[in-house]
Formats: sequence, C-alpha cells, structure tokens
Amino acid sequence: MAALTKPKNLQDVAAPGRDGVGASPLRPDGILKVKGDFAYSSDLWHEDMLWGMALRSPHARARILSVDVSAALAQPGVYAVLTHEDIPGSKFYGLEIRDQPVLAIDEVRFHGEPIVIVAADHPETARRAIAKIVVEYDVLPSIGPVEALDPERYGYVHAPADYKAHAFGNIVHSQHIHHGDGDSAEVRALADVIVRGEYEVGMQDQAFLGPESGLAVPAEDGGIDLYIATQWLHVDRQQMCPVLGLPPEKVRLTLAGVGGAFGGREDISMQVHACLLAQHTGKPVKIVYNREESFFGHVHRHPATMVFEHGATRDGRLVFVKAEIVLDGGAYASTSPAVVGNAASLGIGPYVIPHAAVDATAVYTNNPPCGAMRGFGAVQMCFGYETQMDRLAAELGLDPVELRRMNAMEQGSVLPTGQVVDAPAPVAELLRRVKEMPLPEVENWRTADGPDVRELPGGLSNTTHGEGVVRGIGYAVGIKNVGFSEGFDDYSTARVRLEVIGGAPVALVHTAMAEVGQGGITVHAQIVRTELGVDQVTMAPADTRVGSAGSTSASRQTYMTGGAVKQAAEAVRAVVLARGRDRYGWAPAFAAGLRLAGGKALTAAGEVVADLVDLLGDEPVDETTEFRHRPTEAFDKVTGQGFGHVQYTFCAHRAVVDVDVELGLVKVIELAAAQDVGKAINPLAVVGQIHGGSTQGLGLAVMEEIIVRDGKVRNPSFTDYLIPTILDTPPMPVDVLELADAHAPYGLRGAGEAPTLSSTPAIVAAIRAATGLPLNRVPVRPEHLTGT
Amino acid sequence: MEFLRPATWEEALAVKAQHPSAVPIAGGTDVMVDLNFDRHRPDALLDLNRIHELHTWQIADDDTVRLGASVPYSKIIDALPDRLPGLALGARTVGSPQIRNRGSVGGNLGGASPAGDAHPPLLASGATVEAASVRGTRLIPIDDFYLGVKRNALEPDELIRAIHIPSATGPQQFAKVGTRNAMVIAVCSFAVALHPRARDVRTGIGSAAPTPRRASEAEAFIRAELDDTGLWTSAGELPLSTAKRFGELVARAAAPIDDVRGSAAYRRHALAVMARRTLLWTWNDHRATGRAAA
Amino acid sequence: MRETLGLTGPKKGCDLGQCGACTVLVDGRRITSCLTFALMHGGREVTTIEGLGGDPEGDLHPVQQAFVDHDAFQCGFCTPGQIMSAVALLAEGHAGDDDEIREWMSGNLCRCAAYPNIVAAITAAAGR
Repeated sequence: MAALTKPKNLQDVAAPGRDGVGASPLRPDGILKVKGDFAYSSDLWHEDMLWGMALRSPHARARILSVDVSAALAQPGVYAVLTHEDIPGSKFYGLEIRDQPVLAIDEVRFHGEPIVIVAADHPETARRAIAKIVVEYDVLPSIGPVEALDPERYGYVHAPADYKAHAFGNIVHSQHIHHGDGDSAEVRALADVIVRGEYEVGMQDQAFLGPESGLAVPAEDGGIDLYIATQWLHVDRQQMCPVLGLPPEKVRLTLAGVGGAFGGREDISMQVHACLLAQHTGKPVKIVYNREESFFGHVHRHPATMVFEHGATRDGRLVFVKAEIVLDGGAYASTSPAVVGNAASLGIGPYVIPHAAVDATAVYTNNPPCGAMRGFGAVQMCFGYETQMDRLAAELGLDPVELRRMNAMEQGSVLPTGQVVDAPAPVAELLRRVKEMPLPEVENWRTADGPDVRELPGGLSNTTHGEGVVRGIGYAVGIKNVGFSEGFDDYSTARVRLEVIGGAPVALVHTAMAEVGQGGITVHAQIVRTELGVDQVTMAPADTRVGSAGSTSASRQTYMTGGAVKQAAEAVRAVVLARGRDRYGWAPAFAAGLRLAGGKALTAAGEVVADLVDLLGDEPVDETTEFRHRPTEAFDKVTGQGFGHVQYTFCAHRAVVDVDVELGLVKVIELAAAQDVGKAINPLAVVGQIHGGSTQGLGLAVMEEIIVRDGKVRNPSFTDYLIPTILDTPPMPVDVLELADAHAPYGLRGAGEAPTLSSTPAIVAAIRAATGLPLNRVPVRPEHLTGT
Repeated sequence: MEFLRPATWEEALAVKAQHPSAVPIAGGTDVMVDLNFDRHRPDALLDLNRIHELHTWQIADDDTVRLGASVPYSKIIDALPDRLPGLALGARTVGSPQIRNRGSVGGNLGGASPAGDAHPPLLASGATVEAASVRGTRLIPIDDFYLGVKRNALEPDELIRAIHIPSATGPQQFAKVGTRNAMVIAVCSFAVALHPRARDVRTGIGSAAPTPRRASEAEAFIRAELDDTGLWTSAGELPLSTAKRFGELVARAAAPIDDVRGSAAYRRHALAVMARRTLLWTWNDHRATGRAAA
Repeated sequence: MRETLGLTGPKKGCDLGQCGACTVLVDGRRITSCLTFALMHGGREVTTIEGLGGDPEGDLHPVQQAFVDHDAFQCGFCTPGQIMSAVALLAEGHAGDDDEIREWMSGNLCRCAAYPNIVAAITAAAGR
C-alpha cells in the first residue's frame, strides 16, 4: 500500500448541475458515494500504518489500584502501550467542562471508560496485547440518578475539589425559569383543571452506521495531520492541542468521510488516542471502533425523568405549566449544561402560557456519559408536554388538536424566558395541515389472497392475521431552537474564490464544515451560483486551513456556514463590481444596483453591462469571511430570563398506527409531517432531513433504548439495540412551509432537528388511542401494552 | 487457528474424528458472530462449503424430505414452501435476505441456540437429524436432539448430514415475536403442525426455555379434544375456548427467563396468544382444504 | 477485500450481519461479507460495489444512477450495501411493489433514513 493516496473526496470535487438556491441539484459527493469511491475515515490507509486500540473499563465505577502493561509491551508487533502517565500535556478534555480524562487516572466512572491505548502492527495484535494488560480494580457501587441527588450518602461521581463551572454535589448544571407568577397559589387558583403527569424517556443512541475512526499521521515539523470523521474540526483541535502539547498550527485536521453523526461525533472519541500513539511511535496510527466499542465510545441522548403540571380554564386556555426534568448526564459533562438550557427554555412547548415554573437539572452518575443527540434536550420535554396536552384535552373534553391550536404560539408570542418570537411561528397552521391530510386506508392488510403480513404489526414474523389489530391516530407539535445559544459567540468562516479557468468563470468554496450527510456542501454550491451567477462550482475538502465553521449540529449549518458562504460570495461580488467601477467608470450607485447572473454583470432590469470573465481576467478574487448571527445572552441564573436563542423552528406530526393489542406490537402505518423551513434552499434535501428526523423519532417511540443496569450497558449491539429497518418505516408525506425569517440568510430556518421532537409523542399518542393505556415512558415496549 | 477444508463428505468425517473440537462452519452466519466478537476462538474451523451434497435435498419414497444440512433458508423458501410450510415460514423470518442466502437448518441445529427459528417447525414436523461419523450414521429424533442451552446430542466426532422432515400432510404455522417488523431475534416463537392422517397435532416452542421444546400437555389436550368432538371428521369450527385453553397449556410448557429482549411473564403471555392464533389458522386452513376436496 | 485488495466499498458497520453495509454478491447472490471467510468461497465470483459500473471512469450501473437521481442516501455509508442488495433484489424479481421492496431490503439499515427515496430509486430501476 502506498503512502496516503488522497481519495477522491479528499480532493476538490465539482458540484454537479447548474442550479442555485431553491432548486434541488444533486450532491457533489453523490457519484463517489454510489460508486464506493467515497472514503470514510475507516477507509483510509497509509504505508507503515499501525492500528490503535483501547482497553476499556468493565466496571461502571471502580478505583484503579494498579495497571500492569508489561506483558502487552512484550508482545511482538506492539509499538506502544500508553497510560495517562504518557500524556505530554493536559490529561483532560471536554466540550463545556474539561472534566473527562483522556485516559483514566486513578478511577473509572463509566462502563467502557478507556484506560490504556495500544499501537500494534495489526488489529488482532493490538487486541491480544490488550487482553494481556492486567488492571486491578476496587469495584464500587455505581451511582445512578436517584442516588446522585444524595451524594453524602451514596458518594460523589467527581470529587468536590474537581468540580468546574457551576457543577457541584453531583449536579452538572441546573436552570430555573420563572415566567409570569410561576406556579404560585394565586396562579393555581386561576386554573379550573390541573393535570399532573410523570414521564420517562429512555437512553437513545445516535447509532450512526460509520464507526468512530480516523488516521493520525506524524508530520516532519513535529506536528500531526489527523484525518477524521467528526462534527467540528476546530473544536476537536482545541481540545487536542493542550493534551498533545502542540500549538494549533502544528495540529492539522482534514475531514474524512463521515458515516452519519446525529450529535454522536460532537465529543471527541479516538482523536486524541490516535494522535498520542502517532506522536509516541512516530508512525501513522489508525483507530477504528467495532460496533460494540462504538456503543461505549460516544455519548448518548440523556435519559430523563419529568414531572409536569398543566393548569387550564374550562374552555381550554392554558394558565400555567410547572415542569421539572432531571437529565442523567452520566459520568462526564459533555454538553449537559447546554442540554439543560435547551430543556428548560423550550420545555413548555410552542404554546402561549402566561405563567410557568420550569426546573431542568443534569446530574453526574456512573451511567454512560450523555451529550448531544439530534433534538438536544427538547426531545425529552416534547414527549412530556405533548402527552400533557392530550391528557388535558381528555380532561376538558376538547379535541386534542383544537386545544393545541387554541393555545398555539405565533409571531409575537413570548417564551417563558421572556424572548419574543420575532419570526413567523405557524404552529396552528402546521397542526391544521397534518390534521387535514387524507388518512391512509384502514385494514390495508386485507387482500384477496388473505392477510398481507407486511402491513400488519409483527410484519414478517407472522404474529397476526388481523386479530387484535386496532388503529390509532395521534398528533403532536414541537419547538426547537436553531443554533448555539445563551451568549455563545458562534460564527462560521467561508472562503470563496472566483477565477477564470479554461475560459469560464469557476468558483471554489472552502469551508471547514463537516458534511455528515445533511447536504451542506450541495447548498454551498447553490448559494455561490445564486450570488455570483456562475455554473461551475468546485468544493474543496474541509480542513483546518480555513477558519472554523462551527459545529454540524443544532440545525445551524445552512444558516451559519451557508450564511458565511453567502457573505463571502457577496464580498467576492463587491470586489468584482469594484473592478467594473475602475475599468468602466461606473458610478458607485450604478455599481451597487448590479447583480451577477449567467456569467455576466446585469442591471436590475436585465441589461448586460459586462462579462464576468472580462472583469476577472487573470486575477482571481479570493475572499474569506466570518459570519455571525445576532448575539444571544445567557439565561439569568435565578429567573431564566434572557434572549437566549437565535431562531425557533416548528414541526407537527400526525401518526397513524396499527397495534396488535394482545401482543403489544406496533406498526406505524403513516407518519405525516408539516414543518416551516423558512426557505427551502434545497427542497429535496429538506424533505430528506424531515424523513430522517421523523424516523429517529419513530425509533425512540417504539424500539430504541440503551439498557443500563447498575451502570452496565446490557445491549451494545445491533442485535439488541434496534433501529428502524425499511420495513418499519412507513410512508411519510411531508408538507413544507416557507415563511421567511427576516433575520436569517434567505429567510431560512434550520430544519434537521424539529422532526425528531414531535414524531415520538405523535406515535405514542396514536398507540394510546388504540389501546386506551396511559403510556408514560418511551420507548413503548410490548410489556407496557400487554400489562405483563 | 486451523482452517480445514475437506473436499468430500468422507474427508469431512475423517477430519472431524481427528479434530473433535473443530467447529464446523458452512454459512457462517452464527459461528462468525462469536469469532468476530472474540467470544470464542476454536483451535480449528471445519469448512463444509466444498461439500456440494450438503446443499442438495431429495424426496424419499415416503414423501420425506431429506434436506441437506447446508441448504440455505432462501432455497427452502423458494423451493419447498408446499412440502415444508412451517419451516418455510420460519425461514422467512430469519435475519435478512443476505443471511437467508447463507444460513441453514444444519447451522441452527449445530448451534442449538434456543432462539433458532428452525427448531419450532422441526419439532412440530417430527423431524429426524441424520448425524454421521467415521463410526457410521445414526438418526436422532428431533425430540432427543436438544440437551441444554446451546447443547445438542451430537458426539464430538459427528457432523449433521441432513435433516429428514416429513412432507406436510396438513397445515403448518410459525409465529415469532420481535420488537421490530424485520430482522429480529425471537423474543419467543411458536410452531404448530396438523397431521390429519395421524389425527395428530405437534408443537414447537422457541426462545422460551433452555432448549426448544414441545408443549406436550397442550398437544395431548388438543388431540383429545379433536377426537372427542369428532372434529377431524366433521371439520367443524374449533371453539375459541378450546383454542384459548390450548394457548394456556402451551404457555405453561414454557420456562422463560427475563432478559434484555423481554420478560418471562411477557413471553408466557405472548406464547399463549400465538398458540391460540396459529392453532385456529391451521384448523381453519384444514377445514377449507377439506371443503375444497369435498 | 478491504485491507488486502484495497476495495473499501463494502463497509464494516456492525460485525454481526445485522446492518447489511458489508453486502456483496457471491455468484450473483447477496451475502453479508462480515460473516464469511474469503476462503469459504474459493472458486466463486465475488462482486463488490466497485465491480458494478463497468470501467472505472464509465457510466453508472442503472441502480447506482437511480440512487443518485432519487437522492437515495445522505451520509452514504450504507449505500454500497444498499445498492448491492438492490441489484440482487432486482435479479431475484422482488421489486413487484413497495411492500415487496421493503421486505426484501429489510436487511440493509440506513440511519439517515433515506428509506423512502431508496424505495423510489429501486422502483425506478425496476422500470415501474
């Protein structure tokens, strides 16, 4: 094998088609992906490459008494065996709080925590070496979310002296919100009806198909080149540099193909391990997790317990909501503080409610660390508040959709944080649309040749021929924020270059944005075409040679890096038109009114005044710019008030299910969605995102859970962590609204996460309708439906 | 780890006699899982893929199907759905289309996992396992084949050559519970086969006991009911109460555990439901055939 | 395939045969390659995604083209396996209707859930 030959997706790629914003040209990486030529981080090879692997803790909580690596070091083919003692710099990392050891020091706090890393000439050699490492543990009882709240009795996950930021007493972070008069006695007295419910959301996993992997190559300048699948190159580097003891310019990251992310790649996994081993051995090191290790190697969605009280008048007007949520953050902080902020601020739903008291808390436990997963704290709350709305409707004898529409937020409504929704918020309209979609056929499993099991609950497993099958319909709507919040200075950088190649104007776009399948690079090409009037656009690979593009998360990339590309393209246009002013003597006002289209400079009326090729000549224009959204502020520690979020996005679902009520098996027959995307930059991609989010919500509703007992993960495999197959995924009609948000580029609204919110409660509501059961927990299991 | 590749059946038997701890591998869809995750590293693997006859089947004079141990599930579904309807239904639920192109009944029997989808239909059909060694061939009745969790009656030097399954003389059914609509390991499963000529009903329970097993009491009950009420001849409706009682007795025959896939209580409950339903489906099919023939 | 021959098209997604990302064809029949030793297929023809399109710079196989046209992927990690499965499904004659396509593609997971577009792509490739 040769030294790293650059796979085609790590080189410039031409974006296919000629379409700009609002059309659906094909993905620049599409042909490579269907041909198998798209190299994911697990597909990279380098001459002299070693394989890295980690020894992970079999215990959820234990003191490490001793680590003996001598037998591993003696194994032929082993080049390095490293513990925390071999780390040149800082021993900790973390996205918000640097509390996570690169390699465990004197204790392990979760099942699967890495303790030792090995580099060997073959993965099998590494595996055998790891099997020879002897670790002596003093196993301790693990601390769960209930025990965590009584640290004096059950213990501290982190020693009090180690707490950073606002963490204390096993609490990572908490946020209170006081809105109106909260849930005071006077407020309660205003409600004719109060409905109380306790809810639970199990631990969901991102389960991206491409496992954690990357290749670290030591460079001649003493630095490292890392080829990695991740969500944010620059924040990875920011955490890696202090550990490696290297300055940023010596640590260069290039995005390799990413096999899905969904939040699970926001925290670093094997990045530092591979670089440490490469640094130590002087050889390239590749690390690839297998599926089992992957379940231990990334953060999961926070499991949560919630208590809600909704008070309303007899005619259905919401008076107050009191909500409490405890999120099990696991052993390390990851993004728990931000998840808390989201859960609190979005926790009462897209409704106008004059009074609210919300408390969100994330606790440290010895359970697997939890962090970002698509929906980020809003998913859990949506299950709670939407179930409450159905309960309230039942209590009041009102139609559940009408109750929601009656209380729906709209532009100008005020959130419990005091922030005014200053863009369209078509909550009632979205509900109306899903409600009015034609319903699918009933008993579509009946055919002339007998029952079609594929259309029945249980599917191919042949458990019913129609017996016990009851249909149910449910609705839900949710509110998600877009972007980073609470005063975080989020920005994205883009570089756009315009030059003449082969007699035609060609644009190059270079950002550090992690394309994880969401279609961001497709959109960048469209934006450049629209702004610069060129057809040919080339996409450069994402790397740290250009400034940060921020995270591919929080539904923010089209807004932020799309916005940066737009801004950079505008800067290029300004330079190009300035040349026109110089060459042709255009008045500034005249030049300001020109646009670029079809390779030309035109007046608003369409009169051609210059050729782009002439304006460019042999002098390329190359502009790099940073794009920021309007500033946000932190939520007040006591009242929770503050202009905390950049943008809001709304999605509504209607779920139709058939339930085999005797066996407790569910088939989702149809999952319809209506969502406002502000402006569909690429309509095909937007619908794909809505399908993707809806299906993950379906998974949480009926099948997905990481089962943890006493801190131990019981099902780290695809055999027992089930994600929806194509046969579980129903037709999903999608109605896309485009009501512009004037603050955003092209009026767009981030789209990726909102569908994961309302899909889950809509499906569970449909199951309740079919069974009459309360169902306060997701995922819904057959045992819950059969009472066994 | 040695990788042994005999070219003929006789060679395979000789190799197995010399390496009793060698693990036979054909489709690989079960054995490879343990190897990939390092749960089991045998000293030797015995690759049966070169032995063509294991991929074939023959129909005997008495209409018994002699099914080669390595015939993939996809072949059974395509070619033998009328002779082996219960097994074909079970085969249709195994894994995925890709797994079904490689997985086989021989593999299921060799691994003897209580969750194997072939076991309940084999029990309900009254199959016989043809086991061979250098010492000769013996026929092991399926009822005697499962000894314990993942333990079968094979001697260390024996390989499975074929499974003898009587062609169906009456309707057969198979149902399995999983929490997804495809590609699931059974939470529990159930097979039932009517044998009208013998006036017999046989069953098979999967994933709800240390081994696959029959529900003997349930079988005795329904046999007696059908005889006492003359339903075999009259081909009348089977009362729901009878089917329910049958279901209860099937559930009683199980000895399930609580695990990540389901609780013991749910497994018993689900078995009762599946047994009731599949009995009614087979009985109603039987009535329809009878009426059609009349 | 991946390490010795450099054919990184087939992917390792789960090591258990539970995701289908490793799907290849052996004598035209689809299998999960993660559960197979190469040695077990001595003398047989193995086709990976790289072997579908004819010459390296040439036209796409109709199924590949259909996947591109219908945006039947997002991150693309499952795509080589999906396409190999779909090619086999069409040869098996299992593209009669949407339900049949779903049943016979149920061994290929897609976490991005491009499933609706996968059904559309296979339907188009089947000429319906």
